[in-house]
Amino acid sequence: MIGRQVALRLLLAFPTLFGVALIVFILLRVVPGDPIAMMAGVTATPEEIERLRGLYGLDRPLLEQFWAYLGQLVQGDFGVSITRRLPVTELIFERLPATIELSLFAMALAVGLGIALAVAATYWRGRAAERMTDGFSAFGLAVPDFLWGLIFILILGVLIPVLPISGRVDPSLSFSSATGLYLIESFFRGQFDVFVSTLSRIVLPALSLALPLAAIIARVLKSSLAEVMQQDYILLARVKGFGRFRIVMRDALRNALVPTVALTAVQFTFLVGGTVLVERIFSFPGLGNMAIEAVVNRDLPLIQGVVITFALIFIALNMLIDLTYGLLNPRLRHG
Amino acid sequence: MAERRIIQATGMRPLVRPGRVTLGATILALLAFAAVFAPLLAPHNPIDQDLMVSFLPPFWSDGADPAYPLGTDSLGRDVLSRLLYGARIALTVAVIAAFLAGLLGTVLGLLAGYFGGWVDALISRIVDIWLSFPPVLLSIVLVAVIGSGLHSVIIAIVVIDWTRFCRVVRAEVMVQRNQDYVAAAVTIGLGRWRTIVSEILPNVAPLLIVLFSLEMGIAIIVEAILSFVGLSVPSDFPTWGGLIQEGRLYVNQSPWLMVFPMVCIILSVLGLNALGDGLRHRLDPVMRR
Repeated sequence: MIGRQVALRLLLAFPTLFGVALIVFILLRVVPGDPIAMMAGVTATPEEIERLRGLYGLDRPLLEQFWAYLGQLVQGDFGVSITRRLPVTELIFERLPATIELSLFAMALAVGLGIALAVAATYWRGRAAERMTDGFSAFGLAVPDFLWGLIFILILGVLIPVLPISGRVDPSLSFSSATGLYLIESFFRGQFDVFVSTLSRIVLPALSLALPLAAIIARVLKSSLAEVMQQDYILLARVKGFGRFRIVMRDALRNALVPTVALTAVQFTFLVGGTVLVERIFSFPGLGNMAIEAVVNRDLPLIQGVVITFALIFIALNMLIDLTYGLLNPRLRHG
Repeated sequence: MAERRIIQATGMRPLVRPGRVTLGATILALLAFAAVFAPLLAPHNPIDQDLMVSFLPPFWSDGADPAYPLGTDSLGRDVLSRLLYGARIALTVAVIAAFLAGLLGTVLGLLAGYFGGWVDALISRIVDIWLSFPPVLLSIVLVAVIGSGLHSVIIAIVVIDWTRFCRVVRAEVMVQRNQDYVAAAVTIGLGRWRTIVSEILPNVAPLLIVLFSLEMGIAIIVEAILSFVGLSVPSDFPTWGGLIQEGRLYVNQSPWLMVFPMVCIILSVLGLNALGDGLRHRLDPVMRR
């Protein structure tokens, strides 16, 4: 049953993948009048441009180019980066773990913070604490992740410099990672100096990404908690004499969580998208930072590779979300 | 029916209790005022340089010059004047981009929602493809490809954000399509297009006003992001994002350079979000308690 659903989802992903490939092709090879001139720069001679054109197959008809390009993509071959002179795939795999680690850490922060805020608002309902969490939610939503990043740099990096604001690990520490997931790996290998250094550098970018999501989680969870608190079984629990904290934490929270879980999953893709700029601001060596570098340098193969990698991540996440919905909601299972 | 909702939406009816709508409308009015009257309000030309007075602090600090109320930047340009002119760019981009994104998204959403079938399948598939790209990355690549400038920023926002309108309008039209008034319109012989434009559209309009308000906030952020990355308008133009980027270079000497434009962006977005949320609550009978 579930196997069939997964197969169906995979099948449905194909037209989307094809569409993504088509858009990237149009965006990077058809729209800019001459991508080669863009890559070669103003100093290139006409002969050089002609040579590059032949090298990238841009002198052939568009349809033929598209076909060749699709063939390369299917093989996972994004070509060679112009500025780094290394295979794009290699560069992407080198950077990907950093972005994954940052996204997951940010997500954990957002969930923890969001739940704490919603519970606090419900527990102290009608008091100043509730208004404070509401205010925080509104503020958290109005300030986009990259501005949070700048605010943190300003306050904790410049005015009260307590945390490092760039990089991933102290450059003086030597750490050769097998997985690229520094935080987890250094912890389990017992290199706590590396762990602390990594942690101190991931906190601010992760918090920047987490705050807007935490605000959304707090808002939605608070309203489902308010609904659940009206239910009869909560009244029953009260009549039984359970404490208010226990009721909110154990009886209400468990039943209010489902809509929040669904929403959090959807919002996670936005958080991953936000890493692009936040990584740039904190000079965090992830995929997003490399993407902006590639755009600034007009490194066409690298731009293409990074955009398609992000699209693959998004499609995979959306597929996972759909499948989870199907599992959580029995009514959709037979749809 | 639709008229009454719009009257509520534009806040022309006396407000029952001052709340988010008032707050949002006030901030929006201030922003519009600053943008329209920037040439009259600004004490200096925003691009006039005077190296003799660079890095002046804001008026409350020691050593401030009352002629430059919010201080000056690294080239001695007046920060207040630059912020006021920045409001012009922010508001222009916000209004035009949100309007065009709304137009495109609404047309496609109406088509998908009303006709269903293969039209809906096609449009929904395109939306799916669009949602597979991280919006920030896509906008940066798009502007890099079509060249920087205000019009590119607007194009980027429209190309990326029409899906927000499309999804919501489609879902709403699907609900509206099964209402009795649509059946009545068909019965009295209105054509499909008449039905869509003069019957369904007015009933979707309140929703559009809410989305428009929220989209303006998003457009201000996207413009700031693109300026921040250096892809928006030439650096002579004072954009809020550009001011942040410039301020970032001198954050140790003069942190205010970065703080002021950030406050402008945050207040604008806070106001537009409050307006959108407030309108949604007021227009949605279920949420209006």
